Amino acid sequence: MTIDNQTTNLVDQTSTGDPFIFMFTIFVLAVFIGFYVVWSVTPALHSPLMSVTNAVSSVIIVGALIAAGPADLNFSKIMGFIAVVLASINIFGGFIVTNRMLAMFKKKPKKSGTNK
Amino acid sequence: MSETVTGFAYLAAAICFIMALRGLSSPDSARTGIVLGVLGMVIAILTTVFEPTIVSFDLIVIGVIVGGAIGTIVALKIKMTALPELVAAFHSLVGLAAVFVAIAAFFFPEAYGIGVLGNIEGASLIEMSLGAAIGAITFSGSLIAFGKLQGTLGGSPLVFSGQHALNAVLSIILVASIIWLVQTNYELAFWIIIGISIVLGFLIILPIGGADMPVVVSMLNSYSGWAACGIGFTLSNTALIVTGALVGSSGAILSYIMCKGMNRSIFNVLLGGFGGEVDGPTAVAGGGIDKAIKSGSGEDAAFIMKNASKVIIVPGYGMAVAQAQHALREMCDLLKGAGVEVAYAIHPVAGRMPGHMNVLLAEANVPYEEVFELEEINTEFSTADVAFVIGANDVTNPAAKTDPSSAIYGMPILEVENAGTVLFIKRSMASGYAGVDNKLFFRDNTMMLFADAKAMTESIVQALD
Repeated sequence: MTIDNQTTNLVDQTSTGDPFIFMFTIFVLAVFIGFYVVWSVTPALHSPLMSVTNAVSSVIIVGALIAAGPADLNFSKIMGFIAVVLASINIFGGFIVTNRMLAMFKKKPKKSGTNK
Repeated sequence: MSETVTGFAYLAAAICFIMALRGLSSPDSARTGIVLGVLGMVIAILTTVFEPTIVSFDLIVIGVIVGGAIGTIVALKIKMTALPELVAAFHSLVGLAAVFVAIAAFFFPEAYGIGVLGNIEGASLIEMSLGAAIGAITFSGSLIAFGKLQGTLGGSPLVFSGQHALNAVLSIILVASIIWLVQTNYELAFWIIIGISIVLGFLIILPIGGADMPVVVSMLNSYSGWAACGIGFTLSNTALIVTGALVGSSGAILSYIMCKGMNRSIFNVLLGGFGGEVDGPTAVAGGGIDKAIKSGSGEDAAFIMKNASKVIIVPGYGMAVAQAQHALREMCDLLKGAGVEVAYAIHPVAGRMPGHMNVLLAEANVPYEEVFELEEINTEFSTADVAFVIGANDVTNPAAKTDPSSAIYGMPILEVENAGTVLFIKRSMASGYAGVDNKLFFRDNTMMLFADAKAMTESIVQALD
């Protein structure tokens, strides 16, 4: 992992500073992106918004995979395994339920006055 | 996989997630957005799995299969009316997953490149404990929200004296434990952080009443994002940081919108206790019950609506409880068949989660072009012959505009009083969640339809046929 190794190296040398600022910059910019993107979401879709954000926040599974991946079975690996299970429930459940909701918002040809 | 490729892959995943949220700006683009969201998740997972440190796949595969199967079955079986509970339950899982990842990182920091056991970098410890603490609060808070939404806990707020002081003391201990952990790397401090956060999560959500759940669910949504962020900083993983920030700000915006819909500050909601026994207004309301009200039957309502040229439907939580949305759509189809113009007006805090009413109406095949938000439709009540209020109360109460002493004063309302006739489906004369009497009930042009929302709507459908 690029940043990971860089971080470790830099942290070893300086213990503060650059890598954190770098990540913090990304964080702040992402908050701004989130702010503008979410305001553009139509209020009718706020429920799907919640369930899809719930699904994508399960990207935390990345951390779980790292813990569950090493060869030796130890306490951390078990913790990682549990986290993989929990995050997977969310990923599958979150995306499927969002999809179910959105399927209901499809245009209904016969009832909406348009020809499509 | 080279480090550069990995970095780009996580960037691609983050962009997919941004586009997934962007897609929700309209129902047409939303499904493409979901596809991108899934794609982003697949990219993120595959990229991680190809990391050289990951050599053993048995537990990973089992975990994904078990978790995936549970998630799939639950998501396919769940009824749309149980959606708020489901979302709360999912939030608690994200929180718990964050806690477990933090524990794993604390006891095996080598795998994450943040030091060795007992000697982890201070910055990493702060990030890790923030991730764990927010995750734990999300977990226990969502459990309470789940219980309240599902009805097992009862919706009424649980308030006891000294509550805020207790929360404050616990928060101070929490911060102190984080400082202690950073200075000493003690295992005990780490467990104390997690334990106290779990207790705090319970205590924060318990005093909040059932109808404030839209705010709570949004807020926990936000927390789950910040927890992911904390873990992302620990792992120095940009995809995780970006996603966590997106989810965090998304939940925060939803909380803000919900609070604005009630004209209350987030602190007012969090301090809790609202919606139990409200003192002033209920006392006044007690005398009001004697006033004359006009109640009618399904046939009366059908007659009034059939002769109208424009009907606006105002759905509320009562419709969700009674699962009346299908009967309602049937009723509106018959009205439309008779040449009546029908529209739906949705208050921002109607129901138990943001957008709750929209989903239920969509489930009943109501075309979304007929569904309007408060600002879009509020002026149209004056041109409507009938406002048909089904399972809503406080969001229509004119006291919010006229009575500064009212608990809901200042809340934006749907101005149903401007319609020619107001039909209220309610089970009883009981006041709404806010404990405030609705004087609309006693007006000459109001007709009360006392029944379960679904039963009443069905009887109107029969009368229309």
